[in-house]
Amino acid sequence: MLASLVGFFGDFDLAEEAAQEAFAVAAERWPRDGVPANPGAWLTVTARNRAIDRIRRERTLAEKAWQREVPEVTMDEFDDTVIEDERLELIFTCCHPALALEAQVALTLRALGGLTTEEIARAFLVSEEAMKRRLSRAKAKIRATGIPFAVPAEHLLPDRMDAVLAVVYLIYNEGYSNPPTRIDLAGEAIRLGRVLAALMPDEPEVHGLLALMQIHHARRKARFSGDELVLLEDQDRSLWDVEEIAAGRTALERALALRGRGPYVLQAAIASLQADERIDWHEVAALYGRLAQITHSPVVELNRAVAVAQAGSTEQALEIVDGLDLDDYQYLHSTRGELLRRLGRTAEARAAYERALELASSEPERRFLERRIAEL
Amino acid sequence: MKYAMLINVEPGYIEALAEDEQKAVFAEYMALGEDPRARGGAELQPIETATTVRVQDGQTLTTDGPFADTKEVFVGFYVFEADNLDEAIELAARIPAARLGGAIEVRPLVER
Repeated sequence: MLASLVGFFGDFDLAEEAAQEAFAVAAERWPRDGVPANPGAWLTVTARNRAIDRIRRERTLAEKAWQREVPEVTMDEFDDTVIEDERLELIFTCCHPALALEAQVALTLRALGGLTTEEIARAFLVSEEAMKRRLSRAKAKIRATGIPFAVPAEHLLPDRMDAVLAVVYLIYNEGYSNPPTRIDLAGEAIRLGRVLAALMPDEPEVHGLLALMQIHHARRKARFSGDELVLLEDQDRSLWDVEEIAAGRTALERALALRGRGPYVLQAAIASLQADERIDWHEVAALYGRLAQITHSPVVELNRAVAVAQAGSTEQALEIVDGLDLDDYQYLHSTRGELLRRLGRTAEARAAYERALELASSEPERRFLERRIAEL
Repeated sequence: MKYAMLINVEPGYIEALAEDEQKAVFAEYMALGEDPRARGGAELQPIETATTVRVQDGQTLTTDGPFADTKEVFVGFYVFEADNLDEAIELAARIPAARLGGAIEVRPLVER
């Protein structure tokens, strides 16, 4: 409902306030008069009319140039499906590249995730005031610069969709990087992913991202043992959410059926393979190889090296790692440490782990590396 | 909505091109100026002709040179009428300076 109001007025604040007023009126009238046949439509029409009243009042008080005539809407003109469709426009508006990335994230969570400003502030460790300002500025920019409330034209769509998926994935990863708060950002991202999949069912990367998030999320309870990090190979699989993995695999199948071969689909396929009882590391390595070709990312190459090592070729893996330019990346050094350890080159392994320790960014990671060094 | 497109680019960026490429670039600038959505614009003379003026306590202070001493300089602008920011962005992307190392700042005009 909010989406259709934002679309109608091109103004978030007005839409939000109108929606709240409509709910207040409903709370007052429906117990008395009965719930209307189409409550969603009733609420939207009421909200639009309230907002129109307000615009008219404000127009006589201030000089504002409104671009179009705003007619009174009646119940019969209203089509329920319009509410659903306009969520897609809303997502693309929130994730417009003219907005700062942190604003895109905040707007998406506010407008589509349904989180309160206070909840978003807490999730990103800023004050509520700061988050209010961030949202205000973003909404003001949308208004002032004429960011259109529309699904982008076809030639713009690939880039703009990448932007939307990147925002959702960023929200998902935020859920893991911060200490756990009461706000389940990873869960929110998955919910957003499901909305996207329902709104854009023919886009393979959308299903790919959803699959990736779900399969990864399914393993969250096994990732830590108390405060200690647990590697994938050591995880207690009984703690994995079997249904979530199944849901992820279904999304992956849909993506593959749509001939998806993009980065999210590949990562989801890798995650799916890693959820198997016996992991096919050759296949994982091959998928990382294809991902590296698309993204040209040395981090992906690092992951490929790990898969190559797990498939049995430790020397080859070390060669790959030594060819990478990632000296400030802690996982490069921790990977080197592990490979050198397997090759019996203990002194070099220690040096590599110690370098990783210097770069480590969290307590559990530090303790993990210290344990590895002690075990050498 | 009217949008200003402020063109910032390193001086000499056109002169660095081959002669036939230079001609093509000038033709593109002309064509943009003749777009039905164009509402004005100007090319500024080189940065060496710039003078900066400030007034402090009733006194006019004049200095040689541009306001900001940066690698990219403000060389000119267009004003276009467009339906929304996406349309404005597409126009801005066609300005040759954008693909020749420059940056186009797109800002809506205050319309009273």
